[in-house]
Amino acid sequence: MIRFDHVNKRYPGRRDALTDVSLHLPKGEMAFLTGHSGAGKSTLLKLIARIERVTRGTLLIDRVNLSTLPRRRVPWLRRQMGIVFQNHHLLYDRTVFDNVALPLVIAGYRSGELRRRTRAALDKVGLLDKERQMPITLSGGEQQRVGIARAVVHRPPLLLADEPTGNLDPALSREIMDLFVSFNRVGVTILVATHDIALTEAFGLPVIALAGGGLVRDDFAGVDLGTPA
Amino acid sequence: MARRPERGAVRKRQRPGRKGGERRDGRPQKRRRARRGGGARVSAWLQEHPRAALNSLGRLWRHRLASAMTVAVIAVALALPGALWILLSNAQRATGGWDSGARISAYLDPSLDADAANAVADRIAARDDVRVVKRISADEALAEFRDLSGFDEALEALDRNPLPAVVVVEPSGLQARSPAALKHLGESLQQIDGVDRARVDLEWVERLYALLDLVERGVTLLGILLAAGVLLIVGNTIRLDILNRREEIEVTKLIGASDAFIRRPFLYGGLWYGLLGALSAWLLLALSRALLAGPAARLAAAYGSQFRLQGLGPDHVGLLLLTGAGLGLVGSWLAVGRHLRRIEPG
Repeated sequence: MIRFDHVNKRYPGRRDALTDVSLHLPKGEMAFLTGHSGAGKSTLLKLIARIERVTRGTLLIDRVNLSTLPRRRVPWLRRQMGIVFQNHHLLYDRTVFDNVALPLVIAGYRSGELRRRTRAALDKVGLLDKERQMPITLSGGEQQRVGIARAVVHRPPLLLADEPTGNLDPALSREIMDLFVSFNRVGVTILVATHDIALTEAFGLPVIALAGGGLVRDDFAGVDLGTPA
Repeated sequence: MARRPERGAVRKRQRPGRKGGERRDGRPQKRRRARRGGGARVSAWLQEHPRAALNSLGRLWRHRLASAMTVAVIAVALALPGALWILLSNAQRATGGWDSGARISAYLDPSLDADAANAVADRIAARDDVRVVKRISADEALAEFRDLSGFDEALEALDRNPLPAVVVVEPSGLQARSPAALKHLGESLQQIDGVDRARVDLEWVERLYALLDLVERGVTLLGILLAAGVLLIVGNTIRLDILNRREEIEVTKLIGASDAFIRRPFLYGGLWYGLLGALSAWLLLALSRALLAGPAARLAAAYGSQFRLQGLGPDHVGLLLLTGAGLGLVGSWLAVGRHLRRIEPG
C-alpha cells in the first residue's frame, strides 16, 4: 500500500528531515509510527498525503508514484485516504454532521446516500446523538472522534493518523485506538503516528520507528537497530 | 504479515467491490466515474452547484451587515452611470421631435413663371428621398410677407414680385437625419434645374448632436470607470473572505477537495454581490424616478409638452442585472485566481 524507496526529504535551508528511508506497509495492515518529536514522523505522513514532496527517492501509494502525480490529481489521491489530525482540524462554524459529511460532499454524493453514510460513520464513533451540535460544544475526545468519523466516512482504503491521542487521557486514547483496530478489521490499511510507547506496547501491533530522520525499526522488514538514546 | 492470516478472508467478504489492482492503470478516477455512470455525474453537478450557490447566499446572510455595505457600494457604483444613462435617453427622447423637424427650403429661380415653378416643384415631389411639406408660390410668399411685415406700400411700388416660390421638404421616412445626410440632401436638391438655392437649417441640429455625443461619451467613460470600481470592490471583498477562511480552505484541500470545489463558493459569492448590487441599483433608480416624475411632468406641462420621465425598460433592467452579476463573477474570479492557489496545507 505504502512503499518508500530510498526517500529523502529536505526542507529548504535545513538539514534532511528524512534520510534514505525505505519501508513497505502492506495492504490491510495496521502499524504504529513512533519516534521522538523531530524524528520525522510528521514529515513522513506529509509525504504520504502529498502535503510535502519527496526530495529524492520514490514513494508509491498503492502503485501510484507521488513524484510524477500531477498537481490536479492530488485531490484524487487525498480522497483515497482518511487523515486524522492531532488538533482535529474541524470546521467550527458547521455542525458535527456537516463536518463529517464534508468528504462525501466533495466526492459528490447524493443527499440520501450522503445522509446514510454520514450517520453510519457517526454511529460508529458513538456520536450519532450529537450530530446537530457544533464541534466547540464537544469534549476533546469527542472532537477527535468527529475527526475520525470524517476520516472514514468515505471508506478510504488508507487511514493516516497524526498523534490522534496526543491530548487525551489513557482511557480515551485506548478507546480511540480500539476504534482504529475495528476499522483495520474490515480491511483498512492504517498508519498511526504516536510517541505514546505505552500505547503501542499495549496493542502489540507492528512498529515503524524513526530517529533523527532515519529508520531505526521496521517490524515488517524485521529491522531493529535498537532505540537510540 | 502472517500473524493474522484470517483477516484477508474477512476483508474480501465484507468489501466485495474493492479488489487489489483496482487502480493499477493509474487513471482510476475515470474508471470509477465510468462505473457510476454519466447520469450520476450530471446529477452530482446539478446538486453541487445549487448547494454552493445557496451556501454562499447563506454566508452573505450570516454576515449581513458587512455584505449589505459591499452591496450598497456596488449599487451606488452601478446606479450612477445608470441614472446618467436614463437622463441621456430621456433627453434624446425629448429632443427626438426636433430633428424630425429638420427641413430643407428649396428656393426656386425667381425668373420662373407660376407653371414652370409648379413643374419644378412636381419634380422635387417625385423624388423618393424627400417628402414635400409645403409649397409656397411666389404670390403666396408675397402675401405672407405683406401680412407679416406691414411693408404694403413699399411692395406696391415694385413692378414685380421679388420673392421666389419655395418648396419646403423634409427627409422621407427612410432617410438618415444626421447633419451630414441633411447637408448632402440639400446639395442634391440644389442640382435640380430651376432650384436657385436649397437651405438646410443645420446649425442647431449639429450642436444638438454634438452635445448629445459628448454627454453619451462621458456617460460611457464614467460607466467603464465605475465598472472597474465594482470589479475592485468585489475582488477585494472576496480576497478578504478567502483570507478569513484560510483554515477552512486548508482543511478541505486536505480532505481532497479539487480546486474547482474550493473555488465555487467564492465565485458564487461574487455573483451574489454583483446581482444584489444590481438589484439595489435598480431600486435606487426606480425610487429616483418616482421622486422626479412629478416635477418633470409639471415642467413639461409648462412647456406644453406631453413628455413623461421614463425609467428603465425590462430589457434594460435585464442588462443591468446581467452586468452586475457579470462584474461580480469576474471580480471574484480575479481574486480567486490570485489567492486560492497560494493556500496550501502544510
